[in-house]
Amino acid sequence: MHTIPLPRIGTWAAWRDAARALLAARVPPEDILWDWDGSANELFATDLPPPTTKQVIKVPADFVEMAQWVVWHKDPERFARLYALLWRLRLDKAIIADRADPDLARLRQMEKAVHRCKHKMRAFVRFRDLRTAGPRRSFAAWFEPTHHTVEPNAPFFARRFADMDWMIVTPDVTAKFTDGALTFHEGREKPDLPEDAAEALWGTYFQNIFNPARLKVNAMTSEMPKKYWKNLPEAQYIPDMIAQAEARVRTMAETAPTLEPARVARIREQLQEVAQPASWNILNAGLVACTRCPLHGPATQIVPGAGPHDAPLMIVGEQPGDQEDLAGVPFVGPAGQLFDHLAARAGLDRGAAYVTNAVKHFKFKEGAKRRLHVNPNTSEVEHCKFWLQTEVQLLKPRLILALGGTATGALTGTAAGVMKRRGTVEQTAHGPVLITLHPSALLRMPDSARPQAEADVIADLTLAARMLADMALVKAPVDATARSH
Amino acid sequence: MNIMAQTLQDKLAILSDAARYDASCASSGTTRRDSRDGKGLGSTEGSGICHAYAPDGRCISLLKILMTNFCIYDCAYCVNRVSSNVTRARFSVDEVVSLTLEFYRRNYIEGLFLSSGVIRNPDDTMGDMVRIAKRLRTVENFRGYIHLKTIPDASPEIIAEAGLYADRLSINVELPTDRSVQAFAPEKNPVTIRAAMGNVRGLRTASKDRSHTGKRPPVFAPAGQSTQMIVGADGATDATILTRSTMLYDDYKLRRVYFSAFSPIPDSTAKLPLIKPPLMREHRLYQADWLMRFYGFDLKEITSVALDGNLDLAIDPKLAWALSNRHLFPVDVNKASREMLLRVPGFGTKTVNRILTTRRHRGLRYDDLLRLGASLKKAQAFVTCVDWTPGGLTDSAGLRARFAPPPEQLTLF
Repeated sequence: MHTIPLPRIGTWAAWRDAARALLAARVPPEDILWDWDGSANELFATDLPPPTTKQVIKVPADFVEMAQWVVWHKDPERFARLYALLWRLRLDKAIIADRADPDLARLRQMEKAVHRCKHKMRAFVRFRDLRTAGPRRSFAAWFEPTHHTVEPNAPFFARRFADMDWMIVTPDVTAKFTDGALTFHEGREKPDLPEDAAEALWGTYFQNIFNPARLKVNAMTSEMPKKYWKNLPEAQYIPDMIAQAEARVRTMAETAPTLEPARVARIREQLQEVAQPASWNILNAGLVACTRCPLHGPATQIVPGAGPHDAPLMIVGEQPGDQEDLAGVPFVGPAGQLFDHLAARAGLDRGAAYVTNAVKHFKFKEGAKRRLHVNPNTSEVEHCKFWLQTEVQLLKPRLILALGGTATGALTGTAAGVMKRRGTVEQTAHGPVLITLHPSALLRMPDSARPQAEADVIADLTLAARMLADMALVKAPVDATARSH
Repeated sequence: MNIMAQTLQDKLAILSDAARYDASCASSGTTRRDSRDGKGLGSTEGSGICHAYAPDGRCISLLKILMTNFCIYDCAYCVNRVSSNVTRARFSVDEVVSLTLEFYRRNYIEGLFLSSGVIRNPDDTMGDMVRIAKRLRTVENFRGYIHLKTIPDASPEIIAEAGLYADRLSINVELPTDRSVQAFAPEKNPVTIRAAMGNVRGLRTASKDRSHTGKRPPVFAPAGQSTQMIVGADGATDATILTRSTMLYDDYKLRRVYFSAFSPIPDSTAKLPLIKPPLMREHRLYQADWLMRFYGFDLKEITSVALDGNLDLAIDPKLAWALSNRHLFPVDVNKASREMLLRVPGFGTKTVNRILTTRRHRGLRYDDLLRLGASLKKAQAFVTCVDWTPGGLTDSAGLRARFAPPPEQLTLF
């Protein structure tokens, strides 16, 4: 029989060295008495010295990982159990992967218990400020761990609370961190620590973050077992919090709604005036990141709408063309130029309107010399409608001018019969929509048909200009009264 | 309203009371940091720590407070809405910074979760919150966890700065459908909320790209973004809620979607009558969320067994799915694929991993499964192994009744 003494501080290193030597000397488990901190029964102790071989022993990494936690378990059998498994592993290394092996399962259970204890210590240690003079602040805590977890756990506290001195006193071992150096000392009785005013604030927080309508006492005690309560400053409030919860909820339910405070009306008025000031920014940020449909892939960039954010007229085209895609600005290509020309002839100020497209990425196929326009499909229009709707919500235009089938479809729900519907105003969820032809359609027409089509579009644009003028007249007196106040 | 007379104690009571309806208290999944250099305070090491539990069973990991509960918005479900008569308070930057640090030094918390009512305008409010986070990081060298609740209407520049100091950013979608947001939160715009989430996603993606010189841009909100929606305040079904949460995960790459059972608030509004918080419903939604994120279930499978669009409250959604798909069971624990093992009621992801490692060495028996952590009370009807077969149990008519709680007897009045 070999008696192996193991110290309370530094247990892991001592056990590892001893186990290594015993294994090298082929000492079977039944011939070893592990004497942790002088706790072994001396009846069985013998003076056979421990072997001292320094031979290299190979054991599975998983075993070492597990053992360095299991040694801190409070079960006196832990060292013997670990060595017994090590003894078996010598012949069959695969056991370490067999989670259902009863010996291993028991050790894994112990490992789990130590991990839980470690975790609870990290959670429930409560420091008090010692208010000492000096360049570093110093704190101390009293804690009662279930297992011997102070030593393996102290480095965690050292990593976290490195700019202060601290001490964790337990009945088992005391950890001290002074000027960046971590040391271990014998355990002690509970010291008298000075009162700390922060505990009252913490108690206030604990009581107020609690929602009395969701009382689940078991969920609390399973995670914060009662054995820890005596050292938790906040736990003193728990009984009252539980006792009063039901009455507090009843009061909430029975209290009749109160009248709103007087300042509410004023705040509502202010809100009306500054309607979502930053939302255009948000819209643009969202547009830039848009990947709602596959068109974002091949296109150079998204082409957002452009124009004053208080414009009474919103003009909606189909999609950016080749030049718009490169410039990142709508209506700058040939169709845009034609539109500007026709608008000028109709007396419509294009610069005062907000212009945008139903689809905001350029869809094309590679041609021999240049990229050729391809009509967007229903799914693409549908995805992009999200942005169009946001633009309408933010701009709140008095009139929307839909150019061609795609825009008409996006705004009215159907693109059918645009030739027949042109020149008419349709009432939609977005407000009145005036339908006309797209300038690129004019560019693609045979020359014979174009003069008539141009005249039609000019007529439509003239109608738009007149409607806006009428609307401005109706609106004007209201504005005037508002200004006179 | 006399704010001058409030002590720090008073303010903390008011502003933590106002923050308790935010479900998230996560402090995990950010970059690993410590203060071993002795020049700062705090560490984050992967998993978060719950420093206390309140009698509502919720973890307290962070100092979860509002900067102020003054608010110009009038959201019906919210205790801080403009039309409520709750006592108002406002923390100064110094107060929030010092509470965070002093609580942290005493090991009460993992860090700060700062939210706020909207005062003056969104940019001012968000700007103040960013100032607090910046001060903690750059002046106080705080290396613990910071979660900022962003204001959806704040400008992208301010959000971009917030992500430099915060581990996590969150924006609450509040309610499962746009229509209910419009009805109950009239000043909030669902489109703006989504655009803000898209913006954060874009900033996070951009922060991971190296420039052509190989230089890394600064880390942006390393613990990602999350959101929360209230369950039970509107008529949305579980199917609607889960469809929405799936979209949010996909579209904005969210880390978490939190569900918060609508809970009574002091000084409620007639617009939204108080109810007993649907806690079991909330729990089932989280279970369904877990099945989709970690067990390979897709949305359709979950909703296909949700009668009239709602999950079964009596049994968990995995069991509900298995009971409706009994033709796939029993599965042989010693042969079945990982995908199928994950679908066995009573098997968690850890159990499945252990089964897969152990069965390489030998055939598994009933007692082995117990030691591997399986809950055989549930699993035994759905598996076979070396010494176990459920026989007629899998297809027996009374199987559901074995799991569902007995029907509650009506109380005599």
